[in-house]
Amino acid sequence: MERKIALELKGICKYFGSVVANKDVDLTVYDGEILAVLGENGSGKTTLMNMIAGIYFPDEGKIFIGGEEAVIRSPKDAFRYRIGMIHQHFKLVDVFTAGENIALGNGKGKRYSLSAVNEQVRAIAARYGFRIDPRKKVYEMSVSEKQTVEIVKVLYRGADILILDEPTAVLTPQETEKLFAVLRRMRDDGKCIIIITHKLHEVLSLSDRVAVLRKGEYIGTVNTAETDEAQLTEMMVGKKVELNIGRAEPKDPVDRIVVSHLDITNREGVKVLDDVSFTIRSGEILGVAGIAGSGQRELLEAIAGLQKVQSGDILYYDPQQGGKQVDLRDKTPLQIRDLGVRLSFVPEDRLGMGLVGNMDIIDNMMLRSYRKGRSVFLDRKDPAKLAEHIIESLEVVTPSAHTPVRKLSGGNVQKVLVAREIASSPTVLMAAYPVRGLDINSSYMIYNILNQQKQDGVAVLFVGEDLDVLLELCDRILVIGGGRVTGILDGRTAKKEEIGLLMTGSKPDGKEAANA
Amino acid sequence: MNALITFITSSVRLGTTFLFGSTGETITEKAGHLNLGTPGVLCVGAVSGVLGATFYVGAVSEVNGLLAVFITILCALVGAGLLGLLYSFLTVSLRSNQNVTGLMITTFGVGLAKFVKGELGTDADAAISKVASCFRHSLPFAEHMGWFGEIFFSYGILVYLAILTALLTSFFFKRTRAGLHLRAVGENPATADAAGINITRYRYLSTIIGCAVSGLGGLSFIFDYVGGWDSGLVSTEALGWLAVALVIFTLWNPNLGILGSVLFSALYILPNYLNVGFAVRDLISGVPYLVTIIVLVITSMRKKRENQPPANLGLNYFREER
Repeated sequence: MERKIALELKGICKYFGSVVANKDVDLTVYDGEILAVLGENGSGKTTLMNMIAGIYFPDEGKIFIGGEEAVIRSPKDAFRYRIGMIHQHFKLVDVFTAGENIALGNGKGKRYSLSAVNEQVRAIAARYGFRIDPRKKVYEMSVSEKQTVEIVKVLYRGADILILDEPTAVLTPQETEKLFAVLRRMRDDGKCIIIITHKLHEVLSLSDRVAVLRKGEYIGTVNTAETDEAQLTEMMVGKKVELNIGRAEPKDPVDRIVVSHLDITNREGVKVLDDVSFTIRSGEILGVAGIAGSGQRELLEAIAGLQKVQSGDILYYDPQQGGKQVDLRDKTPLQIRDLGVRLSFVPEDRLGMGLVGNMDIIDNMMLRSYRKGRSVFLDRKDPAKLAEHIIESLEVVTPSAHTPVRKLSGGNVQKVLVAREIASSPTVLMAAYPVRGLDINSSYMIYNILNQQKQDGVAVLFVGEDLDVLLELCDRILVIGGGRVTGILDGRTAKKEEIGLLMTGSKPDGKEAANA
Repeated sequence: MNALITFITSSVRLGTTFLFGSTGETITEKAGHLNLGTPGVLCVGAVSGVLGATFYVGAVSEVNGLLAVFITILCALVGAGLLGLLYSFLTVSLRSNQNVTGLMITTFGVGLAKFVKGELGTDADAAISKVASCFRHSLPFAEHMGWFGEIFFSYGILVYLAILTALLTSFFFKRTRAGLHLRAVGENPATADAAGINITRYRYLSTIIGCAVSGLGGLSFIFDYVGGWDSGLVSTEALGWLAVALVIFTLWNPNLGILGSVLFSALYILPNYLNVGFAVRDLISGVPYLVTIIVLVITSMRKKRENQPPANLGLNYFREER
């Protein structure tokens, strides 16, 4: 079958200072196909796509579009070549309607008519099966609606080559399926679609071909129909990786933290958690699943003593004192520590809440231990030893223990944070999205640490976004939908679709439920 | 009855100063620039107008009313616009802090105006009173319509110009592509940048045009309301701060500014019409600020996103910073 080449890259190189982001990348994409670009974090996928979209300019190499050489110096140039990119972080004006956002920067010289734009938006939506209300304000939209606006925006500008950067990272399984259906329809319409992802099962279910990058280099392209997860992983990582997460049976679990009837209203007066009750047990991993922003953050912060609670109880049973009951509600982190509760918290915002970016690894270790000193002077010896130990045992890539942590890559920052938290031998470990932005190797290292903690009898609370991982790692999974507990499932028997439904389950009638 | 009519017409005439001031500031703020230099801009606008009027009156033997008004307005626009250019050069090109720069513009503008006033001497006073009568020339049929004519048609050109400017500005924000782009620049410059909108151009133009419009506020106070500038400059500065408050009061909507400006000026001059002591007078003149604070509290409690300040207000934009 003769197919038309939509886009061809030849020998593309890009350097940032001495760092090689892309080296000698060749890539061919045809009209009417979906190409997945697969690679670990830091493998140069996004950089490569940004060069096609005109955000960066390649240092070497050529780009051909429709057989002719193209020079793309800005997003405007990219639009001229009918290329549109949907970024991971949406570029939308919150107080504008969908239509206004789509009209932005378009149609110079023509008369400005929002109703005409809205009409065209509806036509595009009808053609590809989107659901979009052009008069809805962006701030009233869900994440998936915003993403729809971004895609329609690119189509409205007449793009034939669409690049999507990790589009499913923020979607529920159901929303992902809808997105894929739309993408397939666009492919059948002759559009060329490039999707960046590191989720293997999505690659396999959606794409026609897969291009793999590793450490900035182009490894190869395979037809999706002729490959499997093992081969793709090997191409991505460069060596065989054990893709199974171990899950030991919990050893005599005891209730460690009991949360009952917890209500939390955030600073804006919105009820984020409604009558939440559950138990965290020692020696097991309790997973928390939910759409991002469904109250996970507030839940963890309430337990850690950072969030005021309207009503409900948080009780801790102290194993050192024979299960003595301690009330954690409305305590400050300091009070919790003074009560002898060894609680460790790996927050979602690593460099905001977890570590101090401008301080080095040793000083960051001391954030946990500085109170132990007896004299007015700081004792740096023990933290320095701990820092060296962490760097060695977890293979943290850093010039030295004296490097400011903000200069480390995301995965290494996370290793430092997690290692510090477990160094104080906690009885409860809470981790929010600990593998977000991490490559496969680092992710599995974190999973192993969590498993190790579990086997040591620590009660682990794990908030995750990848349902496949939650199902493999956790003993029980707590599903939060719209601020309420919509289910507590057994990790061994639960189905992904079931969790997906529970995540959204209470959403349509969320308002009534909140009143009930 | 007469006192009431005088009160209303005075409020409208003084309100013009607020309306020009706040409309101009709104144009600037919608593009994300919080210009605290408005009091200085008002003073410079007024003084530039006076300069133009003085030179014109000194250069010709017979004063042509229309030409005098035109030259004075033009000079005010240019003078205030230049100050806007200085502000945008400092904040957009050199990326200096907007609050500090704005306060500097106020200090600079007020000082410059006082300096020019000292240099011009008595020639200016004569010119102002001549040109002021041209500015106050009202619609001819106003006299024949009794109180109705007094309240609606007895004003000089600047009052109608201010209302027209406010209406046009609102229309510009809501109905034109450039207005959409301008609002996008103030809300989310990174998004506007990605959509191919020239941020620097929009920010420069909105500040310069905004300042030029604000400058007419000072002009209207000196030529239309007072008709002299002996006590004028100190008051102009105070009025400038109220104009900034009015922007918040109107929730960045120049249409609302038409009513808001009259309300503000009515509160401002109310003590003159009441037989009360000095302490009460001072308290009453503080009411506009109090009202603005109440409006701020109410809107932030209601949390309607459309009524909030432009999201990027007061922040400079660097493309490279992520």
